[in-house]
Amino acid sequence: MSGSVTVHLTVNGVEHELEVEPRRLLVHALRDDLGLTGTHVGCDTSNCGACTVHLNGDAVKSCTILAVQAEGSAVTTIEGLGGEGNLHPLQEAFWNDHGLQCGYCTPGMIMASAALLAENAHPSEAEVRHALDGNLCRCTGYHNIVKAVLSAAEAGAGAPVAS
Amino acid sequence: MITAEFDYQRVSSVADAVAALQAGGEDAKLLAGGHSLVPLMKLRLAAPSRLIDISGVPGLAGIERDGAQWRIGALTPHARLAASDVGLLNRVAATIADPQVRNRGTIGGSLAHGDPASDLPAAVLALDGSVVAHGPDGERTIAASAFFSDYMETALAPDEMLCEVRVPAMDGYGFGYEKFHRRAEDWAVVAVAAAVKVLDGACVDVRVALTNMASTPLRAGAVEAALRGQPATAEAVAAAAQRAAEGTDPPADLDADADYKCHLARVLCERALVAALAPA
Ligand SMILES: Cc1cc2nc3c(=O)[nH]c(=O)nc-3n(C[C@H](O)[C@H](O)[C@H](O)COP(=O)(O)OP(=O)(O)OC[C@H]3O[C@@H](n4cnc5c(N)ncnc54)[C@H](O)[C@@H]3O)c2cc1C
Ligand code: FES
Ligand code: FES
Repeated sequence: MSGSVTVHLTVNGVEHELEVEPRRLLVHALRDDLGLTGTHVGCDTSNCGACTVHLNGDAVKSCTILAVQAEGSAVTTIEGLGGEGNLHPLQEAFWNDHGLQCGYCTPGMIMASAALLAENAHPSEAEVRHALDGNLCRCTGYHNIVKAVLSAAEAGAGAPVAS
Repeated sequence: MITAEFDYQRVSSVADAVAALQAGGEDAKLLAGGHSLVPLMKLRLAAPSRLIDISGVPGLAGIERDGAQWRIGALTPHARLAASDVGLLNRVAATIADPQVRNRGTIGGSLAHGDPASDLPAAVLALDGSVVAHGPDGERTIAASAFFSDYMETALAPDEMLCEVRVPAMDGYGFGYEKFHRRAEDWAVVAVAAAVKVLDGACVDVRVALTNMASTPLRAGAVEAALRGQPATAEAVAAAAQRAAEGTDPPADLDADADYKCHLARVLCERALVAALAPA
């Protein structure tokens, strides 16, 4: 049974061809096969959003998607958003506004927020909270996370994310 | 968590999906968005031997107005339905889980899964909608009232695929969906869907359906009968909503016992009817 399947993914603009078991989750393909460990596994039960990445531009929970389901897709992870020296405005804002403590939820929070801002460049506070329904933080109490998203929006973070 | 092993097959047409279901035997399952099936497989509550991925079948993710009805492809994600003009279903879809789940979960998967706590089944039932299924003998249309047969069971045969959902356009109706849950992205403890048409100050048509009040979604027939023909007033709505739990059989669970669910049904029914009567 099973065997392996070839999957073609464009991750953060780079094309990859992977041999995976059908049961390989996308999050494990990203972390373990491609070494992109910025995407975290929190709950592993589709609730916490720590594993959020963009699949063809949509925010999704990569712990609940098989790598084979992503065949031919473009994936953006937190590494693709920006890194040291060229932080994305959202990354910058989370830093400035203390939108993180332990940082475990942060990549997912930022990817979910980036998807929101791509659709709605100037959300209200209520819209930000609603858009982060699927992301849990056990440290910050959300206050500074919401503040960071709003200040990033003000700084013009709403430009579409390249994938 | 890792699922049990399975064979994976991608299909690109409805005919291929049906053939694959027939060849795959009892343990083969269709995979749409995977947001009900994959979590169950990770918990090893489900272990299909073969997954038939229908997500790439062209032409099944879209919403089309066809005369007096809406035709919604089975692969339409909740996010697309939430942003559409399909009365009642748009506001119901917007309450499902969170944006990430709404980007992946599909209406076909939601109905075929047959979970009475899911939101779209009661909404499709309230509108007297139907589903179009394809099997080895061709196509058949199943009324929503005959579709949900028991807890996680539907009228679909093991080798049938749900391809389309049809609901009447409901022009001139007002809608309400009131969902009570304990955490932001959670499933409904109880929810109530309502569609009401008012003419000259009277409720000429009333549709009410209940989420998670039995092993299947239910119509609240007693409420509908009590309000039909009555004036569209707060008093008439409050009196009719008192009957929302009649004929229900809600299972007790970790969130609520049966009495509390009945109480929720009455309160949410009144709110849903009030929302349906509010000027658009
Ligand atoms: C964290 C979380 C929270 C959620 N909260 C809610 C909520 O509040 N309300 C709610 O309603 N739902 C909720 N869901 C479920 C979500 O809406 C699912 O996506 C949906 O119920 C199933 O759709 P799917 O496309 O993902 O189906 P899949 O998981 O792919 O399939 C589900 C079942 O249906 C079968 N199937 C799928 N498509 C077809 C078809 N076309 N024909 C025949 N059989 C088919 C599959 O074989 C499988 O048995 C939640 C899910 C998660 C992960
Ligand atoms: S790890 Fe995916 S939602 Fe928590
Ligand atoms: S910063 Fe610790 S979980 Fe969010």
